[in-house]
Amino acid sequence: MSEAARRAEIWRVAGAVCDPEIPVLTIADMGVLRAVRLNGDAVEIDITPTYSGCPAMNMIALEIETALEGAGFGRPKVNLVLAPAWTTDFLTAEGREKLRAYGIAPPRKAAGRRGLFGQEQVPCPRCGSVLTEEIAPFGSTSCKALWRCQSCREPFDYFKCH
Amino acid sequence: MATTSITVQATPLLAYVLHRADDALILGHRLSEWCGAAPLMEEEMALANMGLDLIGQARALYGYAAELDGGGHTEDDYAYRRDERAFGNLLLLEQPNGDFAQTMVRQLLYSAFIDPYWRALMASPDATLAAIAAKAEKESAYHLRHASEWVIRLGDGTAESHRRAQAALDRLWPYTGELFAPEAAVLAGLVPDPASLRVAWRESVSRVLIQATLRPPAEGWMQSGGRAGAHSEHLGHLLAELQYLPRTYPGAVW
Ligand SMILES: [Zn+2]
Repeated sequence: MSEAARRAEIWRVAGAVCDPEIPVLTIADMGVLRAVRLNGDAVEIDITPTYSGCPAMNMIALEIETALEGAGFGRPKVNLVLAPAWTTDFLTAEGREKLRAYGIAPPRKAAGRRGLFGQEQVPCPRCGSVLTEEIAPFGSTSCKALWRCQSCREPFDYFKCH
Repeated sequence: MATTSITVQATPLLAYVLHRADDALILGHRLSEWCGAAPLMEEEMALANMGLDLIGQARALYGYAAELDGGGHTEDDYAYRRDERAFGNLLLLEQPNGDFAQTMVRQLLYSAFIDPYWRALMASPDATLAAIAAKAEKESAYHLRHASEWVIRLGDGTAESHRRAQAALDRLWPYTGELFAPEAAVLAGLVPDPASLRVAWRESVSRVLIQATLRPPAEGWMQSGGRAGAHSEHLGHLLAELQYLPRTYPGAVW
């Protein structure tokens, strides 16, 4: 395998690791996988945390190691990089669609922190209605808020803008 | 593994990083004390989430401290193996949770300061501090919004909730002067001067207090000493709980 092909394969295998808290999303969908470096047989992977206190990061690092070892690459070194800071804009279009299909309203694009203090309009991931309201700003994980739809009456998670 | 305390030979930058890390850890620990005791389910989640954000911020800062220190210490050593006098957190943040009003007023007074502070720190020539600040400011914005909403709801609520919110404000106000204490690292041009945020802090807090129908306490004598390790009696009790396990069972893993 050429070096470019190996790098692409490592990116594919590592990128397919899922977020333990939102298992429909891969770390490639989330934009958490930042870089793959090869130095001979040694493999280095950079990942970035979504939230400062995200408890999933240790598990994601472990799963990357396991996946790459399983695919025949030696044990990689997984680095945590902070800059540039992850924002919800790093979520790919495919990732957003997967979230919506899973029942989690995806974050609005380029919402920025100012959206926080204004009126947010979050369409219901089930019926698409915009007649929705926030129930609680802090949900079951750091990245989610709890909302409900006034049209179909279902509660749903909203992936908060960061 | 040793159970003894570590000592840190702190440069101004290292001392600064430890101060900010201690702020985040101690307030994060205080919020975690609400686990299982919050007044309602949504608040249980909110307090735990905010605590988790803060402990995450502390980890990033302690990790950077370990790099700067070069003494072979880990992030855990700073949290678990320093004595009370070595902690440089603000006195405000070690104050007990009290009732829910006191917890929310404390959160408001701190968040209204730290939220613009993190944004100012994003411009630091120190790339690591700028990166940590860029993550933290998104979290602190949520904390500020949440605390503001609760202080308004409690202050402008029933006679009893108003009374409690006012009492909390009066009790905690003397600890707010320390938010603006100068930091040695400011001299190196690496970090913003906290005093430059005093006006913005005051405006942000006042806006909430007006809506909350709460009376801002008169300016008076302010407590200080936290940055120098002179703490109120509450920090020792907090650390006894926080450090008990790693001090008693060194190197325990599970
Ligand atoms: Zn709906």
